[in-house]
Amino acid sequence: MEKHDGFMRALKCRECGREYPLTATHVCEFDFGPLEVAYDYERIKRVLTRAAIQSRPKSMWRYRELLPVAHEPTVGLQVGFTPLIRADRLAKKLGIREAWIKNDAVNFPTLSFKDRVVSVALSRARELGFDTVACASTGNLANAVAANAAAAGLKAYVFIPADLEQGKILNSLIYGAHVIGIKGHYDEVNRLCAEIAGKFGWAFVNVNMRPYYAEGSKSFAFEVVEQLGWRVPQHTVVPMASGSLLTKIHKGYQECIKLGLAPETPYRVHGAQATGCSPISTAHKAGLDFFKPVKPDTIAKSLAIGTPADGFYALRAIKETGGAADDVTDDEIRDAMRLLAETEGIFTETAGGVTVGVTRKLIASGKIAPQDSVVICITGNGLKTLDAVNGYLGKPREIRPSLREFEALMAQEEKALKS
Amino acid sequence: MAKTVRIPTPLRKLTNNQELVEVNGSTVGEALAELQQRFPGIQERLLDEKGEVRRFVNVYVNEEDIRFLQNQQTPLKDGDEISIIPAIAGG
Repeated sequence: MEKHDGFMRALKCRECGREYPLTATHVCEFDFGPLEVAYDYERIKRVLTRAAIQSRPKSMWRYRELLPVAHEPTVGLQVGFTPLIRADRLAKKLGIREAWIKNDAVNFPTLSFKDRVVSVALSRARELGFDTVACASTGNLANAVAANAAAAGLKAYVFIPADLEQGKILNSLIYGAHVIGIKGHYDEVNRLCAEIAGKFGWAFVNVNMRPYYAEGSKSFAFEVVEQLGWRVPQHTVVPMASGSLLTKIHKGYQECIKLGLAPETPYRVHGAQATGCSPISTAHKAGLDFFKPVKPDTIAKSLAIGTPADGFYALRAIKETGGAADDVTDDEIRDAMRLLAETEGIFTETAGGVTVGVTRKLIASGKIAPQDSVVICITGNGLKTLDAVNGYLGKPREIRPSLREFEALMAQEEKALKS
Repeated sequence: MAKTVRIPTPLRKLTNNQELVEVNGSTVGEALAELQQRFPGIQERLLDEKGEVRRFVNVYVNEEDIRFLQNQQTPLKDGDEISIIPAIAGG
């Protein structure tokens, strides 16, 4: 028989282990450590088998027992189960035997992995009786909250840095969300939202709902494992902003092993950042287990978090699995975006450029061996960050609608090719 | 005019639900010590055994993270506002 809290047991402090009831709260009262959902794995193991999962609809909710809702989910039922693509042409360019792209650039409905965390946070917010949801966002999360809240009939407030890409702003406004632009960078938006969340009785998905929200990222790992034929990949390269996705992918792999869904094989998780905002990769490269906050300056705005809340845990997960971390410049980001587009036909946003660019670096430096297999996590869509490549891709050549002009153009091209 | 400390929700049980507390200390460290005097127990929530600000606690003076200033030695002047905020997830 299912308990009132489903398969969740409690909220537990990641620092000191103190337990709290399953409410909308996110920090330990004692040491401010982040709270995480604890599950009853014994009960989950009895029901969550490969066969059970495979009999369910193709969405992230096919792993529902490992996601923090008490009852059936009510928001975002179609989210997830995005393609895992064998990327042979990219692998060749990167100099590795096998590469896979997990493509959340086509996640439903707002084209980023944030739909995963939001469908969990909003389903749980409803269970806890909220009618207004909110978030602090670098853009993608705002889009996901706005869209999923609209579809669920919830009121939404989203807080973003005012200088965000136009595409990401319009992509929140269209859903009728209250969009508040803050004149400051994301860390400042975050600070303000922490203060607002303490005052207004809203479900802030990445503040007081964070323990539930963050768990949604695990579905990314579950899908990779299932799509690879129930095995954990040797290498996974993950973009890092707050570091939450990386730690949750690590946790997702561990849960698959613990529940017997995948055999226990060694795996490494690697972290990718933009050089203009690289507190975590810088700390890892210096051999530190703590990071120094930075002021972000990068075109990868969705990764521009200078004070990464899960930085410590990301560093630990990288170290534990024998992974590495690195960062790439704005130019390397654009090059990598282009490389992925030209080899695999996938247009990712700047964060994806960071991940592909860092993968290339890790292979070149031998941290990922050329005979190995790597999964590259693509978390967002290039159509949202057009500003970042505008002016770098050349321009279409224009002619009048005349065959003669076209033939002249082709002749010119041939000449250019020969010379 | 004194300096004001904004107390975050998780700590208000210790301050009798007071959200704003006035202090006189001339550095962040002194202000935190003053809080401890008035609300015993609050310091160990904010500082670890070595007396450093705990890694999941962010302290700001007028919207600037003290790690970009002089940490606990950051000087305070009248009218300054100090915020204590738990770290938040990405977005």
